[in-house]
Amino acid sequence: MRDAAGARRPGSGSGGVRRGALAPYAMLLPAVAGLALFVVYPLCYLVRISFTDKSMLNPRPKAVGLSNYAELLGSAEFLAVIRNSLLYSALFVVGSLSLALLLAVWLSKPGKGRDFAQSAIFMPYIVSFVTVSLVWLWLMDPQAGLLNSLLGKLGIPPCPWLSDTKTVIPSMALVSIWKYVGYYMLLLVAALKNIPREVYEAAKIDGAKGPAVFFRITLPLVSPSLLFLLVVSTTEALRTFDPINIMTQGGPINSSSVFVYFIYEYAFKFFRIGYASAGGVVLFALISALVAVYFNMLGKKVHYQ
Amino acid sequence: MKRLLSLAVRAAKAVSLVAVIAIFIFPFFWILSNSLKTYEETLVFPPRILPAKAMLGNYLAALSRMPFARYLFNSLVVNALVLASQFLVIVPAAYAFAMYRFKGKGLLFTLVLFGFMLPQQLTFVPIYLLFGRLRLLNSYASLVLPFAASSFGIFLLRQYFMGIPAEIIEAGYLDGVSHRQSMMYIMIPMAKSALASIALISFITHWNDYFWPLVMTNTVKVRTLPLGVAALRVTDGTTEWNVLMAANMLLILPIIATFFVAHRQIKEALVHSGIK
Repeated sequence: MRDAAGARRPGSGSGGVRRGALAPYAMLLPAVAGLALFVVYPLCYLVRISFTDKSMLNPRPKAVGLSNYAELLGSAEFLAVIRNSLLYSALFVVGSLSLALLLAVWLSKPGKGRDFAQSAIFMPYIVSFVTVSLVWLWLMDPQAGLLNSLLGKLGIPPCPWLSDTKTVIPSMALVSIWKYVGYYMLLLVAALKNIPREVYEAAKIDGAKGPAVFFRITLPLVSPSLLFLLVVSTTEALRTFDPINIMTQGGPINSSSVFVYFIYEYAFKFFRIGYASAGGVVLFALISALVAVYFNMLGKKVHYQ
Repeated sequence: MKRLLSLAVRAAKAVSLVAVIAIFIFPFFWILSNSLKTYEETLVFPPRILPAKAMLGNYLAALSRMPFARYLFNSLVVNALVLASQFLVIVPAAYAFAMYRFKGKGLLFTLVLFGFMLPQQLTFVPIYLLFGRLRLLNSYASLVLPFAASSFGIFLLRQYFMGIPAEIIEAGYLDGVSHRQSMMYIMIPMAKSALASIALISFITHWNDYFWPLVMTNTVKVRTLPLGVAALRVTDGTTEWNVLMAANMLLILPIIATFFVAHRQIKEALVHSGIK
């Protein structure tokens, strides 16, 4: 109350017209400075050094034109990185979104058990990827791990999980889906709850049955959220680093090396900053292109209420 | 017959619900169970679900095998500084976006959204070089400053400010309240729950963060707990999984506790951030 009374003193503070015009800029100054310094500037700088031979050991970088990019595209290692990243992202995006939608439709109906299940599924999302990576590394251990012991009990031959070039990417995708699906489900549950009850009642009166209701009503009405999640999950997949660094270090034989791991390795282990930055620019271009494609191809099909 | 069938369907649904819950809870139980086993027990195949005798020795081993107090202290300092700097930056920014009309507003807001979309895994190399030139590598500043202008926070708080009824704010102006007073004594108290949400998300994000401190620091002096825990795993030798899992329990306990206390608020904050 004292505060409010103090605030009522007439003519106090910075209410003047002249200062008011500048006030929003002053208020935004720290935020804009932060974004300029840690978003815009690094992105421009990234592009610039990608055209140089800058390294940690060489203090005087010189311009090398497009040679970093030429080297990237000619390198079998980088092509493998692109392949790994795309496979991992495709598995992650398709797997996590379809599972999230399935779980959301199932668990959004009221019920104590369903509420508890939602919380349980969501829990891995708020736990550090360090812990998630380490416990799954132990569960997926080909010799002593619990997963292979369970498979054995079901009469299924053991799976090599992270130790084989063919199974490592699907295994990584599985772990990431486990971590993220709860968050995606939660967003879809919220979207489902926003659908007015009358819409379903009208459909019922018109005699619509299960699958028709899902494809004609539910799916179109959550499509804005799905498009948003498509963008979010694709970005999430393409920026993956933690589980790779902790679980596989890109192995076996580079079969799980992805973009950010590649950039990290070349910048901090081999000190080739320019070359690593060119990889970063390729990743930025890829993410931007995918987001643009999503909005152009699907944006029109999305149904906004 | 029909009743029997519906009973079977209900049983199947209940079983699948339990199975789904188990898939997501079991790894947490596995961390706990292994953190209580002896080293020999972790090597038994097939693995035992429960330890023969629960022992807390692994926790003591985890504490003594890394400078735990130092890591914990660093984690707390970084989280507190991130939170403080975020509030100083995002509150006035969100207020400006919500309450003023000015030239360049659209452009500046696009900048905020761009910051929201651009992952820091793209810009870490240039930021590393920047901090190197400023002699700020291996400092708390390198772990705090890049996160002060939180796009997520500005976005969420602006949304919330815009939802405050215009009459309340106008009544304040008619009474001669200045913008600054309006922000401090009307808007901030009314946006308490949004600020709490932002604080929760910020804590979860930075308590868990592994990538950023890994890149910006290389000394125990400023490194945070997730790096300490990850370093307990030896890649070339035998990992003592029981000790490692005990360390992980210490890492996730604060998060799990927060979740139990505020799970509704955490979920709501994350859902609001995802929906326009």
